Amino acid sequence: MFDICELHEPGTLEEAKAILAENPGLKVIAGGTDVLIRLQHGSLAGAGLLSLKNLHALEEIVMLGDGTISVGAMAPFTTIFQSGLIRRHVPVLCEAAVSMGGPQVRNVATIGGNICNGAVSADSASTLFALDALLKLETSTDERIIPMGDFYAGPGKVNLRPGELLTAVLIPREGYEGMGGHYIKYAMRKAMDIATLGVAVVCKVREDRFVDLRIGLGVAAPVPIRCFEAEAYAKGKEVTPEVVQEIARLAVKPAKARTSWRASKDYREHLIEVLAQRAVAEAVKRGGGCCAD
Amino acid sequence: MQKRIALKVNGRPVQIEIDIRESLLDVLRDRLQFTGVKQGCSVGECGACTVLIDGVPVNSCIYLAAWADGKSVTTVEGIAQDGRLSPVQEAFVEEGAIQCGFCTPGLVLSTTALVESGKRFTHDEVRRELSGHLCRCTGYQKIIDAAERALREAEAASE
Ligand SMILES: Cc1cc2nc3c(=O)[nH]c(=O)nc-3n(C[C@H](O)[C@H](O)[C@H](O)COP(=O)(O)OP(=O)(O)OC[C@H]3O[C@@H](n4cnc5c(N)ncnc54)[C@H](O)[C@@H]3O)c2cc1C
Ligand code: FES
Ligand code: FES
Repeated sequence: MFDICELHEPGTLEEAKAILAENPGLKVIAGGTDVLIRLQHGSLAGAGLLSLKNLHALEEIVMLGDGTISVGAMAPFTTIFQSGLIRRHVPVLCEAAVSMGGPQVRNVATIGGNICNGAVSADSASTLFALDALLKLETSTDERIIPMGDFYAGPGKVNLRPGELLTAVLIPREGYEGMGGHYIKYAMRKAMDIATLGVAVVCKVREDRFVDLRIGLGVAAPVPIRCFEAEAYAKGKEVTPEVVQEIARLAVKPAKARTSWRASKDYREHLIEVLAQRAVAEAVKRGGGCCAD
Repeated sequence: MQKRIALKVNGRPVQIEIDIRESLLDVLRDRLQFTGVKQGCSVGECGACTVLIDGVPVNSCIYLAAWADGKSVTTVEGIAQDGRLSPVQEAFVEEGAIQCGFCTPGLVLSTTALVESGKRFTHDEVRRELSGHLCRCTGYQKIIDAAERALREAEAASE
C-alpha cells in the first residue's frame, strides 16, 4: 500500500487550484509514475495527494490563434506521440515522447509530470528547451508564463511556487516553424532505461546556411541546458562538415558532466561531442539542408 | 480513507469499497482474486501487472485503485471467451512463447491491445510496443513471433 493520508480528486482546474491554495502542503499527482515510485520507496511517506487525473481538459493539444502549440500538462506521452498536430509541426517532440519508458508508462506518464519532477534525465526537457518552449503556471489567483530555462532550479528542483500548477507547455511558432529536429537518447538499453545523455537539436537551413540552430542537452549538467555558444557560432555559417564539427565541439563547453555509475565525466563529454554532431547532421537534413555529412 | 468505486472488470460491473492507499494491483489480486494479474517489481519496470484500462495497457502496480472508478478493466481472466482461448492466447501457445508463464498475462494483454487497435505494426514497432515487459525465460523471440502471428491472423480475418 502507498503511504498516503488523503486523496483529493477535483474534477475541474478551478477546483484543483482552490484546493491547493487552501492546502499548499498537498503533493500533486498526475500520472503518478514518479510519485508512486517514490512512495513505493518510502519517501513522501504520509503525504496527502491532489490528483489531477480527472482534469481531462488539460490533456488537450491544440494550436492557438498565433500559431503557438499548446500541449496540456496532463497529456500522456502516448497521446503526444500519436498527435497528428505534433507529428506535423513538431516531429522531434514525437521522437522524444516515444523514447521515454515503455508503452505502459507512456500511456499514463504526463509531460507536465516529466517537467515538474525536475529530473535532468527527463526525456521531454531537452527537446522542449531546444524548442524555446514556455510553461504556463497557474494558482487560484495568478498566472505566469516563463521560459523552460527559468524553471529548473537544481537537480530535482523546480521553481513551482506554493499553490502553483503547471497547466500547459507552450511551443511558440518561432520555436518550431520551418525547423528540422532530431532527439538522440543515449542509454544502455533501447527501452525502459534512463538516459545517460539526451541531445535535442532543432535547426533551420536555407541556401546551405544555418539560419537558426538550438541545442538542448539532458544529463550534461545538474539541470537541462542549452548550448548558446555553439548556437551563436552556427548562425549564418555555411553547412559544412567542419562547421558541424565545430558546433559539436562548442556544445561540450556549457556541460558540467560528472562521473557516476552510469558513465565517467570523460566519456560523457565524448558522447556530447559525438552525439551533438550526429544530431545536428540529421536535423540539418530534416531542416532543409543536405551536405552536413 | 475509504472510497467506494464502481468499475467493470472483464465486462462485469463491480462495486467495492477500497482504501485510497491501495493500488489497482492490490484490489484486483487480493480483493477480487484476479490472480492472473502478477506482482513482479511493484515499480513499473517489469509489466507483469499489466491490465487494460479502457483498452489501454497500464501497469496496475503504479495506478491508484481510486482512479479505476468508472473505468473498464480487463485482466487476462477476461480474455478467453466461453472457455475458449482467444486468438492471441492461441498464438502464444502455438509459437511456444510461454515457459514459466509469469510474464504471459501481461504480454497477452498488451498484444490484445495491439490487435484490437486494428493498426498495422512493423517488426520494430511490435518490439517497441512490447518493450515494457520483462521475461526471464524465453529470450523474447518466440513472444515477438506470437504477437506477429496474432496480428497477421487478425489482419487476414478482417480482409
Ligand atoms: C518504469 C519507468 C520508466 C521510466 N522511464 C523514463 C524515461 O525513460 N524517461 C523519463 O524522462 N522518465 C521516465 N520515467 C519517469 C516518469 O515516468 C516521468 O518523469 C513522467 O513523465 C512523470 O509524469 P507523471 O505524470 O507520472 O508524474 P507524477 O509522478 O504524477 O508527478 C511527477 C512530479 O511532478 C509534479 N507534478 C505533476 N504534474 C504537475 C502539474 N501539472 N503541476 C505541478 N506539479 C506537477 C508532482 O508533484 C511530482 O513531483 C520512468 C518511470 C518509470 C516508473
Ligand atoms: S509489478 Fe507492475 S510493472 Fe512490475
Ligand atoms: S515465460 Fe517465464 S518470465 Fe516469461
